[in-house]
Amino acid sequence: MEADETSTVAGDSEKQTQMLASIEAGLAADSAQNSGLLVQMTGITKRFGSFTANDSINLGVERGQIHALLGENGAGKSTLMKILNGLLRPDEGEIVWNGEAVQFESPQDAAKLGISMVFQHFSLFENMSVLDNIAVALPGSIRQNGFNLGRLSKRIEEVGEAYGLALSPHRPVYSLSAGERQRIEIIRALLRDPKLLVLDEPTSVLTPQEADALFVTLEQLAQKGCGLLYISHKLDEVQRLCSKATILRGGKLVGECDPRKEDVRSLAAMMVGSHVPEVRSPALHKIGDVRLEVEALTLPAPDPHAKSLNHIMLSVHGGEVLGIAGIAGNGQSELFAALSGETLAPQARTILIDTMPVGQLDIESRRALGAAFIPEQRLGHGAVPGMALSDNLVLSRHGTDRLDRYGMVNFRRARRLSDDVISKFDVRISGKNPVASSLSGGNLQKFVVGREILARPGVLVVDQPTWGVDAGAAVAIRQALINLAAQGAAVLVISQDLDELFSISDRMAVLHEGSLSAALPTGQVTRETIGLMMAGSEVDDAA
Amino acid sequence: MDMTQAVLLTILTAATPLLLAALGELIVERAGVLNLGLEGMMATGAACGFAAATLTDSTGLGVVAAMLSAMLLASLFGFVTLTLGANQVASGLALTIVGLGLSGLIGAGFVGTSRTAVAGLQIEGLSDLPGFGKILFGQDPFVYAAWALTFASIVFLRWTRAGLIVRSVGENQTSAHAIGLPVLKIRFWAVLFGGACAGLAGAYLSLVYTPFWSPGMTAGRGWIALALVVFASWFPMRLLLGAILFGGATVLQLHAQAASLGLPSQLLSALPYLATLLALVLMSLGRRGGSAAPGSLGQSFVPDR
Repeated sequence: MEADETSTVAGDSEKQTQMLASIEAGLAADSAQNSGLLVQMTGITKRFGSFTANDSINLGVERGQIHALLGENGAGKSTLMKILNGLLRPDEGEIVWNGEAVQFESPQDAAKLGISMVFQHFSLFENMSVLDNIAVALPGSIRQNGFNLGRLSKRIEEVGEAYGLALSPHRPVYSLSAGERQRIEIIRALLRDPKLLVLDEPTSVLTPQEADALFVTLEQLAQKGCGLLYISHKLDEVQRLCSKATILRGGKLVGECDPRKEDVRSLAAMMVGSHVPEVRSPALHKIGDVRLEVEALTLPAPDPHAKSLNHIMLSVHGGEVLGIAGIAGNGQSELFAALSGETLAPQARTILIDTMPVGQLDIESRRALGAAFIPEQRLGHGAVPGMALSDNLVLSRHGTDRLDRYGMVNFRRARRLSDDVISKFDVRISGKNPVASSLSGGNLQKFVVGREILARPGVLVVDQPTWGVDAGAAVAIRQALINLAAQGAAVLVISQDLDELFSISDRMAVLHEGSLSAALPTGQVTRETIGLMMAGSEVDDAA
Repeated sequence: MDMTQAVLLTILTAATPLLLAALGELIVERAGVLNLGLEGMMATGAACGFAAATLTDSTGLGVVAAMLSAMLLASLFGFVTLTLGANQVASGLALTIVGLGLSGLIGAGFVGTSRTAVAGLQIEGLSDLPGFGKILFGQDPFVYAAWALTFASIVFLRWTRAGLIVRSVGENQTSAHAIGLPVLKIRFWAVLFGGACAGLAGAYLSLVYTPFWSPGMTAGRGWIALALVVFASWFPMRLLLGAILFGGATVLQLHAQAASLGLPSQLLSALPYLATLLALVLMSLGRRGGSAAPGSLGQSFVPDR
């Protein structure tokens, strides 16, 4: 362009071209301001005790760039982002923002520069309205820019319309679905007029269709010169959206690349460090009788933050894995609680285990009939954080494994069974029989799953078996579930991970707003139909 | 006619210290802090207020001293629970014990002294209107202050940005921190405000309600105020209703004793406390499962760094 300018001098038409050229040059200068390095993190190191979460990591984001941060759970992505957001202080390293070294004492400092974050675990206020949730995060004092909730509520609707993120400003957050909550987070971040927007696994609670709409929004933002950091482990998304990727593994930087030029397998290999094994389909086995049956289960919501269950009908045969898909907060925990006996069903005949009516029985009595349960929350629900692994084993298996007699616990036997779980499920522990909270999320999950599977249950109900578990461990857990079914058990898996459900279930159903769809053989459904069902549309014609 | 007005007047005056103390605590709890030291702060406020008023012969200075002394205790509580992250329940109970002890020490030299109570308003023509004249236009300044403060806090919590920030900090401290709110600073201000209100309530007891000092004169009003906050499910408007209800119970038992109903006087004096218990039971029966309590109430906040 500059060459054009110097070579053309004479003539009227030439002048016009010159003018055009200079306008173009001006535009180019504008876009130059819209590109270039926005933030550079250099040599970031963060230790928690003896554990190094980030080991001298470098990361630079340019204006208008959608930059992916890839890595498995525990790779150090969240720690790095918390440092960038001012939530954590790095032990070493520096952050340069727009060419100036900065230090964040608190999230306020980062917010002042224009760093906004959309959190994976929402940072919302449940009992407050959408409007309040957004208003509280906007900068400025009462005197500065007024506190006009009416005007803000209008802006929320405008921005929502412009980006396809519809929200009604006056609804309380607890009444909203996970997808809608995600929208609040995103609109809040947008209204803060961010220079750098960090998104931590934003699509994990969205249907495929909602995710598509989000990607359009993000691309619009990038075109306006906003830098975006996109954290995900969904590689297809990253390939679609991002022009650069930084990959972390075990707290270390393992590589940078243009994800569009790599294939999914090589990206996965960089994340995991080796090739990811895949779930092997089990040997041919017989599908037996119905072992778990739910007959028109209707339960009112126990509190305003929960979902009610409406007329749930399902049956799981021996030898079969039934997958229940759905976005979080559509009644999964309530269904799990009803199946496990944490909430009792209105009538005994509503839930049947091996044709025995169990709706009115407690967890222990259901376990005695050969059922086992793995809740979503491993710490605090699936295991007591402050207790040793063997003690945690006693808690769920004391009845079925004859671990107590006359009220006295056989701790030797408990240790033996717990060691058995640890070796068979490759649970990595430090020291002998450590407390549950000292294990990493994935390892504790392997222990909890192993504990229940080795009890050899006839019916297993599991909620989110691999949530927050790294790829290798996830495959091991899925394999164990399939193998258990192959031995004749009925396995019911509640999960939000569609890939997981497609890889392990024989039949799939969708839970939406507390209602369960009919179960369809996995071979007969596509991701699209499931996605639509998750968003609540009827798909009778597809069935 | 005048009898009704007299009873209503005493109910209003009995309700005022409860309303003042509970209002402060309500804001503190809305910010997520549970300060069980209300009784101690009130007692110290009452003692300091009375001492200062007697020494300087100025009610105004007495009130200031009461508020400052209670704020001092509140800032001690804030330092221990917010800055150092100590358990709020234990620290609050300790604060009550410290406050009660301190009030005894400060007030020791003033036992037996008495002052003239702060006079009520007297507006020519209005205060003497029959029926409601005295209720509307003949109260002491504290009563008006308490009501004004109630309506101010309704506006503050509902309509101001600062109120919204206080509510968010109490609702979810992690979220508030993550979006960049200075959680501890906001809580410290709330705790100081709670102290000032408790001091004011104490001053009311020793300068207006019973214008003398005696040890233990707060007589559990701090605890009733704490229960009132729960009763009001953290809304100032309902606090007003609750304070009048409990003030009424206090006055009623006095009248019942005077009327010699043949019930033991101990039982009648226990009436306000029984009413408190009953109200709490009814509240929790009425609301199954979910609670209206601020989400982060009573939790220490120590951000990771």
